[in-house]
Amino acid sequence: MTTPLAEVASSPSTLRAFLHGLPGVDRVGADARAAMLGTRSIKTTAKKQAIDMAIGMVDLTTLEGADTPGKVRAMCAKAVRPDPADASVPPVAAVCVYPDLVATAVEALAGSGVKVASVATSFPSGRSSLEVKVAETSLAVAAGAAEIDMVIDRGAFLAGDYLKVYEEIVATKEACADAHLKVILETGELATYDNVRRASWLAMIAGADFIKTSTGKVSPAATLPVTLVMLEAVRDFLAATGRKVGVKPAGGIRTTKDAIKYLVLVNETAGPDWLDPDWFRLGASSLLNDLLMQRQKMATGRYAGPDYFTLD
Amino acid sequence: MSERTERLSVRKTYKLFIGGAFPRSESGRSYVVTSSKGDFLANAARASRKDARDAVSAARKAFSGWSGATAYNRGQILYRIAEMLEGRRTQFASEVADADGVSAKKAGELVDAAVDRLVWYAGWSDKIGAVLGSANPVAGPYFNLSSPEPTGVVAVVAPPAGPLLGLVSVIAPVIVTGNTCVVVASERAPLPAITLAEVLATSDLPGGVVNILTGSAAEIAPWLAGHMDVNGIDLTGADPELAVTCEELAAENLKRVLRPPADRVDWLADPGIGRMTAFLETKTVWHPIGI
Repeated sequence: MTTPLAEVASSPSTLRAFLHGLPGVDRVGADARAAMLGTRSIKTTAKKQAIDMAIGMVDLTTLEGADTPGKVRAMCAKAVRPDPADASVPPVAAVCVYPDLVATAVEALAGSGVKVASVATSFPSGRSSLEVKVAETSLAVAAGAAEIDMVIDRGAFLAGDYLKVYEEIVATKEACADAHLKVILETGELATYDNVRRASWLAMIAGADFIKTSTGKVSPAATLPVTLVMLEAVRDFLAATGRKVGVKPAGGIRTTKDAIKYLVLVNETAGPDWLDPDWFRLGASSLLNDLLMQRQKMATGRYAGPDYFTLD
Repeated sequence: MSERTERLSVRKTYKLFIGGAFPRSESGRSYVVTSSKGDFLANAARASRKDARDAVSAARKAFSGWSGATAYNRGQILYRIAEMLEGRRTQFASEVADADGVSAKKAGELVDAAVDRLVWYAGWSDKIGAVLGSANPVAGPYFNLSSPEPTGVVAVVAPPAGPLLGLVSVIAPVIVTGNTCVVVASERAPLPAITLAEVLATSDLPGGVVNILTGSAAEIAPWLAGHMDVNGIDLTGADPELAVTCEELAAENLKRVLRPPADRVDWLADPGIGRMTAFLETKTVWHPIGI
């Protein structure tokens, strides 16, 4: 790296030169590596540990037009005590809601240790003016959100206007004050792994505390190879700058098997330091029930049924 | 290429039937199936508990669509299964003759009986409600109506004898009323069951309504009996010891249990409606008069 990272965003051309100077991603290699790590067999006590670890990393999410305060309160109760019949199940890391429901979630989770995350910046499309995005972020933070999940302007990114994306992330980070900023790259719209690597670096240089794969509204959402590329980016970023950034795959992770594959990927790519809810999260809703069902199967020796867990 | 080489016949791989597809066992295991005389017939997949779990998921997924279909539609599909079975009469007759050691003539009769059994149950689809349902007189201004409803996902341990007729006789009554099922086929004679699966797959029967596993009932049935997402279990083909184990496991989520028959069953006899009622439950609705 010829230019110090602090200066790469000084002009559109230096930023562009830096991002396009990143090494390209070997697509076939990344796919093969992710597929190979997905075949690791995690059984018995290791599986038990992995399930509890995954539960503690879940960002329990509801992002529907039909969300009501009642639904958010019910979800918060589940976040604190995922299985009402079993107190040994750890609480999840956070709940993730739309900005207008942050106050409801904050009230419901007071004193529980479960954080409240809010999406912001015209989620999920990100198509609005910077003023609106910053104002939305400030409102969510004022309502008590401890974490903000922002979306990048994919249109600007794909058009090559990297500085615009950078400046939006910087402005949103400022509006976050003490709240953690997760930057959603929406990898399903970025087309190539090279773009995923560029967007990851762009977000980290701009001050992201976390980089997140997807909104969950676009298919494909999180995939193992994309997460692999992002984990490599945070690892390399730590080596280059000394600052550690978290990763959050979100969307499409529905089974315990999937979740454990992600944990293996984290361990083998970024390292065990990232196996912590402060540095790795799983954005999901239906995943939690599958984790609970697997947990119950291991405890009782019989296959569990969805009838015995709450709907969400 | 002057010499003619003899053509090699293409052999069928006997696989499982789960969710409308024909996967191999997740475990990769298989076992040798022999005829009644001990001759090699084929290698069949030996299903594991995980195959059983996948089959239950497929059956659960299919349940809302199948139970929500009209009774008329379900009857038509059962009739269609009978049509398809009739078209494969020769193939089934030879498989039944191999498996049971019966004469070709007798085997043909057993296949005919299986076709007739399907048609018989197909006719029941829109009549069972009239027989078991009722308009109940109540002391108040209400209509009070009871109607039979399907139980849900039913595990079926198919009888070891009667590889086709016995199998059809336990599957048809479970699905005609709207249940979906996971069937553990006869361990000794599983080949007609897999051929039946090919018939089911081409009969407009939605994938997952019937799932067929081959392998050891003693290995798989207890997992199905203990599964919290299975609502009923038919133990017709279970030996006494296995039946007791399964019934104990089934108690955890109060499954409906159909115990194995005390005496040897004559599958050619009139079946009656007992196999249908075993996996039906009654729903009663109170509706105010005049609204």
